[in-house]
Amino acid sequence: MSLAVALRHAQGAFRLDVTFEAPPGITVLFGRSGSGKTTIVNAVAGLLRPDAGRVVLRGRTLLDTAAGIALPPHRRRLGYIFQEGRLFPHLSVRGNLRYGRAFAPRDARPADEARIVEMLGIGHLLDRRPAALSGGEKQRVAIGRALLSAPQMILADEPLAALDEARKAEILPYFERLRDEVSIPILYVSHAAAEVARLATTVVALQDGRVVGQGPAEEVLGDPMVTPAGVRAAGAMLRAQVVRHHADGLTELDAGGVPLFLPALDLAPGQGVRLRIAAQDVILSRDRPEGLSALNILPGRVEALRPGAGPGMLVSLATPAGRVLARVTRRSAETLALAPGMTCHAVMKSVAIAPGDIGGN
Amino acid sequence: MDAPLDWLDAEAWQAVRLSLRVAFWATLVSLPFGVGVAWLLARCRFPGRQLLNGLVHLPLILPPVVTGYLLLLGFGRQGPLGGPLAELGIVFAFRWTGAALAAAIMGFPLMVRAIRLSLEAVDPKLEQAAATLGASRSMVFVTVTLPLILPGILAGAILGFARGMGEFGATITFVSNIPGETQTLPSAIYTFLQVPGGETAALQLVAVSVAIAMAALLLSEWIGTRLARRVAGA
Repeated sequence: MSLAVALRHAQGAFRLDVTFEAPPGITVLFGRSGSGKTTIVNAVAGLLRPDAGRVVLRGRTLLDTAAGIALPPHRRRLGYIFQEGRLFPHLSVRGNLRYGRAFAPRDARPADEARIVEMLGIGHLLDRRPAALSGGEKQRVAIGRALLSAPQMILADEPLAALDEARKAEILPYFERLRDEVSIPILYVSHAAAEVARLATTVVALQDGRVVGQGPAEEVLGDPMVTPAGVRAAGAMLRAQVVRHHADGLTELDAGGVPLFLPALDLAPGQGVRLRIAAQDVILSRDRPEGLSALNILPGRVEALRPGAGPGMLVSLATPAGRVLARVTRRSAETLALAPGMTCHAVMKSVAIAPGDIGGN
Repeated sequence: MDAPLDWLDAEAWQAVRLSLRVAFWATLVSLPFGVGVAWLLARCRFPGRQLLNGLVHLPLILPPVVTGYLLLLGFGRQGPLGGPLAELGIVFAFRWTGAALAAAIMGFPLMVRAIRLSLEAVDPKLEQAAATLGASRSMVFVTVTLPLILPGILAGAILGFARGMGEFGATITFVSNIPGETQTLPSAIYTFLQVPGGETAALQLVAVSVAIAMAALLLSEWIGTRLARRVAGA
């Protein structure tokens, strides 16, 4: 176990009471603003003293209020990537990157500066001042600064929230590379479903200061009972592999033996991809539909149904590709007589899957 | 040192040199205290904070003569502080060191205000970021806070220095007006104006005063913009 967290904290009328574990990879704290995500990260970092709690990182106790242990932030060895970058304005990019190294303990394995600078593509910025950087560049430097402090864990508090869509698309791949190339665990705060589906190994879903679901990303995101960002943002995550690129501009994927067709992806055959399938883009059909323009049809079995507050209903379907969520009306669910266990088909248009919802595996 | 300016009378030159020395030492010695008190007022919440704030600002509001007399009571040879300090060989009464003490006390509120303002402008989030990168509280201060408030410290020092150069009331009350020992530039101007035919020397000193003030101002502007540019990172 990489990180074990148990926290209780009251702030005005807000009550936080959470227990979760973060295995290696990216653990995303997923929830709306006000659900307690930042409070948790700050308590883990030592920037906030919770009323009660315990934080253990790789066997090292960072906080244990019952035992009177509370390491100050500078002794926790966590690399914190803030939403606003928080680069030191009086230091050059190089000075910012090297800031943490001076304080890292001698026995810490020194981070490979050249490799990190190369990975983040910031080599040409080293002599600049933070004020002369774009938002995306600042955030890349902030990522590098955190990595170079030789941390035992990375904390990232909505590192993309302050960026526009284009800059988000620029930074996301760096976090994917972090997840896949850097061995240290990452605790990542987000309220954006697309980001979660792209990055998360593990999801901890938060609502009003409580954990409403935690586990592998596929499971939590495909659970109709867990919708921390609301049913509108619900959507499952599937893993697939690129099979081939067709001449008509479509890329064929293999998802658990079922072919899926997507607008051309810039990936080589054999490469893995994650896809977010937004629940509201999925149509359900009892029989395998014929004469339909939609190209993607996943056969499956209804697992669970969750009626919403309004006329909607969230249905989860177990398919060979993984769990898929569909948001349909209650009327449709009644017409189709949907019930757990019955066979059903999930239908998706190729063009409905947003490019931002597709990421490397 | 001989007067480098032939037109300046020896006594006047002596006063200029003394004033520079007094203001220099007053600024240098009070600067660390100024940073410390500014820190306390800007960042700490403790009982007696308002009292400290009032005490620091008192010399700004009190008539300088009152401040000078209080200094005389406290730091005179028979004073509760002056007595023990004299035993240690530190004498303020009727010495140039006393003039420096008076200048430091009178300039202190201005210095603290400037530093405190710049401290309040430092984003604590940057200090938090430094802490997460492994810097202890003192290292955060040295590597982040201090560089960021440098323009404020400079402004405070210049203000304190200028106030020290111009200090008159408290100085003349506390350490009198002894040529070569405590006769600072303002005291000298005052003395010259008391004697017939002293206007020329007084005018010369006035010119020197204006020149020094102008030079200090330009220097601080120059360093200030450079520092601000460096801190802002443009």
